[in-house]
Order: sequence, then C-alpha cells, then structure tokens
Amino acid sequence: MNEFLTAGGVGLGNGAVYALLALGFVIIYKSMQVVSFAQPAFMMAGAILVSYLTPRFGFWLGALLGVIAIAAVALVVERVAIRPMVGKAVFVIAIITIGVDIVVRVVAGSFVGVDPRSIGDPWGLGAVSLGGVRVQERHIAAIVAATLIVLLLFAFFRYTRIGLAMRAAALDQEAAMAQGVSIGTVFAVSWALAGALAAVAGVFAASGNVIDRSLWMVALVALPVIILGGLDSLGGAVVGGLVIGLVEAIVRTYHSTWFPFLGTNTGSIAPYVVMLLVLLVRPHGLFGTKEVERV
Amino acid sequence: MSAVHDPAPPTTGAEARPRRARRVRGRTELYTSYAQEMALLNTRGKQLGVLAIIAVAAYLPLGVEDDILAVLATGLVLAIGAIGLNLLTGYAGQVSLGHAFFVGLGAYTAAVLSGDPDGRYLGFGITNPLVWIPAAGIVAAVAGFLVAPLATRLRGLYLAIVTLGLVFIGQYFFLEWRSLSGGAQVGRDAATPILFGIDLTRNGAYTDEQKLYWFFLVVLVVMALLGRNVARSKVGRAFAAVRDRDIAAGVMGVELSRYKQIAFTISSFYAGVCGSLLFCLNGHVSAEQFGLLLSVQFIAMVLIGGVATISGSIMGAMLIALLPQIAAEVPHLLPFISSSARDSPNIFELEIAMYGVLIIAFLLFEPRGLYGIWMRIRTYWKGFPFSY
Repeated sequence: MNEFLTAGGVGLGNGAVYALLALGFVIIYKSMQVVSFAQPAFMMAGAILVSYLTPRFGFWLGALLGVIAIAAVALVVERVAIRPMVGKAVFVIAIITIGVDIVVRVVAGSFVGVDPRSIGDPWGLGAVSLGGVRVQERHIAAIVAATLIVLLLFAFFRYTRIGLAMRAAALDQEAAMAQGVSIGTVFAVSWALAGALAAVAGVFAASGNVIDRSLWMVALVALPVIILGGLDSLGGAVVGGLVIGLVEAIVRTYHSTWFPFLGTNTGSIAPYVVMLLVLLVRPHGLFGTKEVERV
Repeated sequence: MSAVHDPAPPTTGAEARPRRARRVRGRTELYTSYAQEMALLNTRGKQLGVLAIIAVAAYLPLGVEDDILAVLATGLVLAIGAIGLNLLTGYAGQVSLGHAFFVGLGAYTAAVLSGDPDGRYLGFGITNPLVWIPAAGIVAAVAGFLVAPLATRLRGLYLAIVTLGLVFIGQYFFLEWRSLSGGAQVGRDAATPILFGIDLTRNGAYTDEQKLYWFFLVVLVVMALLGRNVARSKVGRAFAAVRDRDIAAGVMGVELSRYKQIAFTISSFYAGVCGSLLFCLNGHVSAEQFGLLLSVQFIAMVLIGGVATISGSIMGAMLIALLPQIAAEVPHLLPFISSSARDSPNIFELEIAMYGVLIIAFLLFEPRGLYGIWMRIRTYWKGFPFSY
C-alpha cells in the first residue's frame, strides 16, 4: 500500500507537469485548430534559460524572468513562422511547428554545455513524510504550482476581456471577428501563454535533476495526454495529465511484477498504450468535442 | 456548312472499335484521349528526360568517388521510403509520423532472414535479396494493414499523434527483443545481399559502393514505376479524392476506410523495402535509429521534394541524404561553426537545424517543393520570350 501511495505521489507530481504542458497544447489548439509540436522545444529552452538566470537573480526571480522570456520567444515564433500560414491546411502549420521545434531545440541544446547544469531550485531531491508516505518536495511543489496556475488560467478565461475574446474565437472565429475580436491578438496571446506554460513545466521537469538534451522527451508525453483528455478541453488536459502521470508512475513501480519478461521499464510506453486504448473506444478523447462535419 | 452537317461516314467493323489515340505531330500538349494524358511518360520530353536521368545515374558509379557514391546510394534507398510516405501523406492525405516504425520492421525482417543461422541473433541464412526485400515489404505491409483500422477512425492531427505513439512503442519493442535487434547501443548486422552468388558488400571487380548503388538504383526504378502506376490508377484517383474532401469522396462511392487501409498498406510496404536496404551499406543496424528523427526526415523529404509527386520524393530524398555533406561544407564559409562535435555550434547541430529550417522555408515560400521549382523553370522556358 505504501509503495502504491508513493507511486501515486510521483504520478501526481509528474502528472502536474504533463497537465501544464497539455494546457499549452490545448490553448493553441483551441485558438487555431493546430497542434503545436514546438512545445517540447519551448519547455527545454525554458529549463535551460532558467538554469542560466538563477545564479544571478535567485530561483524565484530567475524562473519568472525565464518564463516571461520564453513567452516572448513563442510570441516571435508565432508572428514570424506561424502567422503567415494562417488559412493554410492545419497539417501544413503542424509540420511548420515541427520545424520550429527542431530549430529551437538545437539552438537551446547548444547552450547545455559540457558541465552538468542544474535549475538551481530550492527542492532538489528532498522529501517529506506525509502520514508515513515519502513524497518528494519537488512533486509537491509541482502539484501546488500547477493548481495555482490552473486556477489563474481558468479565472483568466472567465473574467478578463482577452480571455472572453479567446473563448469567443475558439467557439467561432468568424463570428468573433465580426464582433470586433482581434484574431491576431488571440493567436499571439495563446502562443505566449503556451510558451510560458511550457517553460514552467520545464522548470519542474528539470528540478532535482541535471538538464540534458533529452529533456524535451518529457514533453512528448503531453501528446497522449491531450489525446486522452480531448484536444479542445482545458479540463480534459488537467485530468488527462494526472491520469497519464499516475498510470506511468504505477506501471513503473509494478513493472517487474507485471511484466517480468520485459527488461527495461514499460513505464515509458504506458502513456502511448493508454492513448491507443482510449482512441479505440473514444476517438475524440474523454472530454473532447465530437467532430461534426457539415456538408 | 456542308462540312459541319456531313453525316458521319459509314463505319466499318474495324473502325467501330475504339481506335488507339494517335499523337498529333508537333503538338505535345494535345491529348486526344484520357489514356494518352494519363500515360506513364506522356510527352517526348519526359521520355527522353527520364532516359537521360537514368543513364546518367547508372553511369555515376564509374565517375564519382566512393564516399560520395555511398551518400547517393543512401539517397536512392531513402527515396523508396519517401515515395511510400508520399503515397500515404501526399496522395491520400493521411499524415503519418510513424514511417520510422515500418522502416524498422523492414530492416529487422531483412536482417533476420539473411542473418547467420548460427550467430548470436536470430537468423535464417537466406541471403538472396530477391527473397528478403519482398519479405521485408510484406511484413511491414501486414503491420500497416493491421494498424490501419485504428488509423482510419481518426483524422488529421489525431492521426499524426497516434502514429507518433507507434514509433515510441515500436522502438521500445525493437530495443527489448534482444535476440532480434541486439538491444540498446549494441545493434546487429544488417541484411547481407548476395545476388546470383555475388556478395554486394564485398569489394570485387567493382567496389561495394558501386555494386550496391547499381542494385539500389534498379530497385528504386522498379519501386518508382510501381508508385507512379498506383498514383495514376483508380486507386490513385481514390486517394486524391479522399485527400481533397473525404466526405465528398465517400458520397461519390469511394469507400473511405478501405482506401485509407490500402494507402497504409502500400506505404508500409515501401517503408519495409526501404528499411531492408537502408543499412546494407554500413552493415549495422541499431534500434535507436528508428526514432522520431527518422520519421521527421521522411516528412521533410516529402515536403521538400514535393507533395503528391513521385519525382519530387526522389529529389527530396537526395537532398536530405546530401544534407550532412552540405553541413560539412559550411565551416569553410562560416568559420564560427565548428566541425568537431565537442564545440558548439557544430555541424551536427547545424545539420539537424537545417531539416527544420528547410521544412519551414519550403512550406512558406515554395509549398510544392523542389518539384514546384522545377515546374517554374520548365514553365519559364516553355513560354520563353513571354513571361506568362
């Protein structure tokens, strides 16, 4: 039981990171009906940038500056590479984001350097005991931060003018434009938000660890998450992130009893298997809107 | 007047049969029948051009250094896979990021069939490529056939993400099945092609690069011809209908799930053939190679070459195969880029970044790819003194 609960703590902590990443995907998808494959690169760039900033500004200010900087990078990318393609097939834009991902990742990766870099977070690998269950502080921090960010995000969509504009644009782009919503601003804000979320996720994914060039692989787990939750559901992204995180952690823990014939850990492919199984039953995810095609 | 109202001359039995459409001399753009327009090489220019290209390509091994030849040979093999992905993504409009998985299946099928029966890894000692190439294609095609029903339920980006998942799951099992693949960081020997008693990977009267290049060229020509024929047949037209508007295609009687399944199966067959040959040259195959990057490379070939063209796939594959060479030349021009992997920025990073930049640049400025550039040049010279 204790083992199971420990896995649960790890799962929720990782799940919070996945949820943040997935929210970025969903925000972009809702505004422009495109899955941005550039998120992994922004996440890695965020972690690396923060690792450069923390020695000078301290962790909190450094992380904040890093997140803002990555949001700005995402803004520029949107304006330069994505905006000219608006109106083209979504597949074309998605492929462009793959191109952006590769370029940003290579540029960011060249700053990793030879010496091990750490994010400089105050948690490290410290752990506390909650009712006999050891939970790492970084996982608690990730859960708390994700909760706060999700609440802020939902309040943002609910109460601000631009949030309202974004919801309107997601519902019906042309009708929103007819009402005076600037679609360009919506695109820009959604990319900036997604970049910022990716950078925050990067900080937590890298905490307690050394940053290496394969950090971006963590962000790929967000893809099964958004498929599980549904591409256009913010709530689905959060739930999906936690579910995938839990499944992954539990499979990782019980790997040797469940799959003794497989040597390396099956936890790494569990998210994709869950995704395939969900798609067999519900092709549009758990909370996604069913696609209706009008002729 | 009378000429217009003249009744048709009485037809004899021989004339009543549909006549073979004849070409009008000197008017290459005039087609008098559908079959003529859809013919494989429908203009004299294309006939001569293709012959000339094949002749030059066949002569190259005698005039080019072996290391360049190895790169070109890799390009020829990659072109086979690119044609396969283009049939699926370009012609049928189904975006797949899972091509690397099928390439891997082909590579391992060929490696197992031709492997040493007494070696450390699985092997059956069937070294004739005329056996293991089709076998690799068929194994991959069967996998494609089995995956397709899942994929046909999905559209657009959902499909792209699911096929991406396929790459990760596939790579995991390749790494895991050690008697098949040798495991992580180890790998195993690739397929050995021994054709009519001649081991193509040993130096003889000709070097191994030359022999393999010729062999790959023959396979590519056959596969390209097959691909072109698929594209201009009923199946190809159905693919285009599915791509352009799937609902309209369904209404017109094109069975969507059936044609998507056909597209997946054919594309996987090409991927399998490509995989079986891809590692012959350096003789070693390891499971790490069948990752996301390989899939992205194939997507890049299709997009850079030209979506829904066979010739474009080949051009794109050649360009991608040459990229490492091009990247290696860059330090001469830009001295701040290092050619050692230790420093940063180095040519290996540059090479990977170039995939991304090329994809973006082509989609932004020349969506029809290299084929589109060729079309522009052709159109310009066709109407030469007139720019329209």
